[in-house]
Amino acid sequence: MIRKPLRPLAQIFSARSAGEDPDLVELTNRRERAEIQHGRMLRKTQRRLIMIGCIFIISFGVIGMRMTALAMTEPREPKAQNSINDISVSRADIVDRNGRILATNIETHSLYVHPKQLADPSGTALRLAEIFQDIDAVKLKARFSGKQNFLWLRGAISPEEKQAAHDIGDPGLLFGPREMRLYPNGKFAGHILGGTTFGKQGVHSAEVIGVAGVEKEFDELLRDPKSNGRPLKLSIDLSVQSALEKVLRGGMQLMNAKAASAVLMEVHSGEIFAMSSLPDFDPNNRPIGLTKGDQSDDPLFNRAVQGLYEQGSVFKTFTVAQAMELGLVEADTMVDTKRFRWGKYAIKDYKDYGPELAVEKVLVKSSNVGTARLSQMIGANSQKSFLGSLGLLVATPIELVEGSTAKPQFPSNWSEIATMTISYGHGISGSPLHLAAAYSAIVNGGTFVSPTILQKSVSEVGARIISKNVSDQLRSMLRDVVRTPEGTANLGEVSGYSVGGKTGTAEKTSKTGGYDAERVLATFASFFPSEDPKYVLIITLDEPEDRMGVEPRRTAGYTAVPVAAEVIRRVAPLLGLVPKIDKLMNKDLALTNH
Amino acid sequence: MKNLLLGLLVAGVMGLAVWTYSENYATKQTLDGIVQLNKNIATARSKLRVLNAEWAYLNRPERLSKLVNANFDELELLELTSKHFAGLEKIPYRILGSELMVDEIKFNTRTKTP
Repeated sequence: MIRKPLRPLAQIFSARSAGEDPDLVELTNRRERAEIQHGRMLRKTQRRLIMIGCIFIISFGVIGMRMTALAMTEPREPKAQNSINDISVSRADIVDRNGRILATNIETHSLYVHPKQLADPSGTALRLAEIFQDIDAVKLKARFSGKQNFLWLRGAISPEEKQAAHDIGDPGLLFGPREMRLYPNGKFAGHILGGTTFGKQGVHSAEVIGVAGVEKEFDELLRDPKSNGRPLKLSIDLSVQSALEKVLRGGMQLMNAKAASAVLMEVHSGEIFAMSSLPDFDPNNRPIGLTKGDQSDDPLFNRAVQGLYEQGSVFKTFTVAQAMELGLVEADTMVDTKRFRWGKYAIKDYKDYGPELAVEKVLVKSSNVGTARLSQMIGANSQKSFLGSLGLLVATPIELVEGSTAKPQFPSNWSEIATMTISYGHGISGSPLHLAAAYSAIVNGGTFVSPTILQKSVSEVGARIISKNVSDQLRSMLRDVVRTPEGTANLGEVSGYSVGGKTGTAEKTSKTGGYDAERVLATFASFFPSEDPKYVLIITLDEPEDRMGVEPRRTAGYTAVPVAAEVIRRVAPLLGLVPKIDKLMNKDLALTNH
Repeated sequence: MKNLLLGLLVAGVMGLAVWTYSENYATKQTLDGIVQLNKNIATARSKLRVLNAEWAYLNRPERLSKLVNANFDELELLELTSKHFAGLEKIPYRILGSELMVDEIKFNTRTKTP
């Protein structure tokens, strides 16, 4: 830029010649220059202000537009994180100890209706009633014409039903994805698994929640996405469970029992290999519980876990075990077995066993009087604490939601007469599962066993209850109950396997008061192989009656024992127990196809 | 010099913008790919679950037992019991190189020829 000089010579000279002050020229030029500079500064400042203004407008405009966009669009999770969750949202499977599926999920569909969008409500209602037998066309049509904008028709439908509903072709019929719990084995282990139901339901998904059994007990774990689909492994063996249920069902019918239950437990770890309660139910289609009548007749009722019964003579084992553990008697000590009265109660035996019996015979012949005499030696407090140490006075810690409800019942005042009746299993109630755990402790060498439905990788040795020596003697005595002809369980012999056990026949309480001799609960608490017990099997038949003889026979020796023997005959080879084959040596090898 | 620097900067910014643009779209495409892949995994897992469930359903003890009964004439399968065990010396091993065939040993097996 060429600056204009403050005193241009031409102006100076012309000012001088005109006689004016030449400094005025300079002053004028100086003022002009200042004005030009001022104008330039002003424009520059204005430009900057405009620019800053623009920046602000653009920035706020962008932020405002983004906020509007965010506010107006559907929220969406970031793709990268969201898609990973899609893979493992389903409920974990439940498998048996060999990894065979007991419960899994399959994808199916729910059916819902937007009645306002139905093209032909009456026609659609009619055709839906054809597909789903329990839908009433008239009622459905009435619901379609109501004010509702949304109707659930079915929580989960099969692919065939979906296709049939789809073929109706009405735009108001809509399908949502559903995950459905499936129990491929149907009724097998129904009580253990429990069942599920839909919790919160949406169009796109529904919550599957456990309602009973392990499904409820482990509900959170099964639903936990962190478990990443890792299945829950139970201690159940499907083959063994199936054989047990089959035999038990047959036995229940043969013995005309109204119900039955069985528990098969490993004696060291407390793992339950099979457990059944009949009548049972299919967890795929869980029935509605009984609302009237005897709740214990409900197929949903798990007798093996929830059923609290007076179990009778099977308790004699505990009395004899304690008496021997305390050193009060030996196996051959003679005990008074003459019937006697205690207050208003008569203590007597099923039949007269003479004036006295050896302790061993008290157990083999199942003498109430002999056991009552032993309990007198033991005393109330000692008996209570011993039964407590076997876990017979508290609910079992079994991982089934029903387990905690089965709290054994016993008299609050543990009097001397109570001590005597409890010694042979009357006046105290417990579940077959309690009995299984207690018998395991007696025969496994004398250590406490806590029942579990989960497969254990390591088994811990529980607290010692009786000495190894007493446990060995008890095993031998209980073997005699089955082995000897005078034993109450002499129908329990199984070829190739030595079985030991104790029977118990408890009369049920009558509705009119007292006990009813014609309604009994027959229990056989057994273990095998008796020389080194691996498993305890408890079979309980409710109101059995063997009508094959002249007189109906109800005692456990004729009812529960043969059923237990058949169960052992069937499950022992499945459990991998090799039979003693001495007696079979002379025979030819019999193949399965012969 | 100043203009050259400015030019280079502008070119740099434009280059980076192009790179960012392409990276952005590549990332989006990869994310879409992952979503698709995860969908495929989920579908495959779901199919696997259905197959496993079907396998378990077909092998349920009740059905197997019915099948065994239905095919008893051909298969002659019986429940495993203690009488199906025997000592090792009872197993009729075939002696290599000998004419002694399994059938010649008194061996309770099927005589049917296939």
